[in-house]
Amino acid sequence: MTEPAPITRDDVAHVAKLARLDLTESELDTYTGQLASILGHARDIAALDLHALEPTDHPYGLRNALREDVVTASIDRDELLAAAPSVAEGRFRVGRILGEAP
Amino acid sequence: MTSAIDLAQAVRAGARSARSITEAALEAIEQRDGELHAFLDVHRAEALARAEAIDAAVERGEDPGPLAGVPVALKDNLCTRGKPTTCSSKILEGWRPPYDATVLTRLVAAGAVPIGKTNLDEFAMGSSTENSAFGPTRNPLDPTKVPGGSSGGSAAAVAAGFVPVSLGSDTGGSIRQPAAFCGVVGMKPSYGAVSRYGLVAFASSLDQIGPFTTTVADAARTLEVIGGHDPMDATSLLEPRLSLSAALGLGVEGLRVGLCTDLLEGASEIVIAQTRAAAAALEAAGATVEEVAIPEMALGLSAYYLLAPAEASSNLARYDGVRYGVRVERAEVAEMMTATRTAGFGAEVKRRIMLGTYALSAGYYDAYYGQAQKTRTLITRALDAAYQRFDVLLGATTPTTAFAFGDKTADPMSMYLSDLYTIPSNLAGHPAISVPFGSDADGLPVGVQVLAPGRRDDRCIQVAAVLEEANS
Repeated sequence: MTEPAPITRDDVAHVAKLARLDLTESELDTYTGQLASILGHARDIAALDLHALEPTDHPYGLRNALREDVVTASIDRDELLAAAPSVAEGRFRVGRILGEAP
Repeated sequence: MTSAIDLAQAVRAGARSARSITEAALEAIEQRDGELHAFLDVHRAEALARAEAIDAAVERGEDPGPLAGVPVALKDNLCTRGKPTTCSSKILEGWRPPYDATVLTRLVAAGAVPIGKTNLDEFAMGSSTENSAFGPTRNPLDPTKVPGGSSGGSAAAVAAGFVPVSLGSDTGGSIRQPAAFCGVVGMKPSYGAVSRYGLVAFASSLDQIGPFTTTVADAARTLEVIGGHDPMDATSLLEPRLSLSAALGLGVEGLRVGLCTDLLEGASEIVIAQTRAAAAALEAAGATVEEVAIPEMALGLSAYYLLAPAEASSNLARYDGVRYGVRVERAEVAEMMTATRTAGFGAEVKRRIMLGTYALSAGYYDAYYGQAQKTRTLITRALDAAYQRFDVLLGATTPTTAFAFGDKTADPMSMYLSDLYTIPSNLAGHPAISVPFGSDADGLPVGVQVLAPGRRDDRCIQVAAVLEEANS
């Protein structure tokens, strides 16, 4: 497998945006160095020829877990909503989702 | 301290009251936890009420169960209905889950008395509890040293004698490493042996709940109580509950033990010496011991530190200030989510979310995530091959004994190296147990690790019982 290009400060800024994290300039510098160090350690596996192996995504392989199609007890809606920061009319309440005035 | 088995026996026989045992645990916490900070929350009133209910049941001639009157502590990433469950993160401060974790339901059904919630590295990401948003836990054996992590509070609660049993979670060593640092027994069972329902997810294909105890027999009994299929966890094994206590007295006559040199690579002199002493003890008890090298195991660290952050980045996307936890208000929803996550997560959690997001992103997926998943296959196959020749593998749990606060916080990679010996069992889904075996010149305990093939948790118990006997 060809070795991937080293992570850059711009990559870290992009990833932070995707993950909805706001980083300061100095945090960007710190994280870029740290992520580069961790990814640098991963060069040992990037260099392996593993094309013949199947990936493992679960220790025993995934299987369907089925149960009888019957109604069972579930958590009360009001109890769930009680944990939310803001609710209205039996729903989770959030601010506007489009960049326009409401 | 008195073992859970002995306490339960005394309570069932009416020789000791659950209330007096619970009061003693609460008193011990009151006395010393200000210094140690093993607990984030103590459920005093509920614990006393529960103990009284158990005493009343005994009075009526009923049997409260195999953990009757035994005080237990739960890592604070296990959901407790109506009681704060923080994962040591500011983002979940004040959250009260609407349901109990299955392990808690089963402990209570077996007569145990939940005492409170223990400290951890935020979202179980760390090896020292220094990443807790609510301050670190101190090692009861030497308060200048870390207790290990991420389940450091649960390990310390047992090592300090507060409770005989606590639960932790182990994604890359988070039960076994703190057990080794605190001188107690800690076991990660086979993946799927214990329901994860109500365990706040970190890396779902690796996470597993397990016990901290002072004896191997207590670990076996606790696993028998909490193990077994749970319809609420689709990854829990369909097999009957673990039967482990029967393995306690089997001895190791004729057992084939592989002393894994990769689980000693880079270890301190005392850790190597004690692990070799453990191998000699097993040989003296009738096992055949042979050294074995499984070089693929060393690749586990890189695979783990791509796979676990990748899964975490996905699992932790749910903390967005909408359904639970803390919200930092902003007019527009995406801004609210960013402000909430930025304020709510600590540095290590942010680091792993970004690492995982990067490893999964277009252009890097094959090189990092895909390659790590294949490495996982490679390591599992290497272990399977070793188990053709050996019944169990033996090695150190950690490269060193407990380290000092601040030793590894500046360089994440140095902290991650603490997990070198514990990670392979998580990647393969295999069981592994850490048992104390001697100590270093400063009196800090050394833990040795027994690894077994998937679903052979009984072999971990079988061998650990012999090591416990040899160490006493």
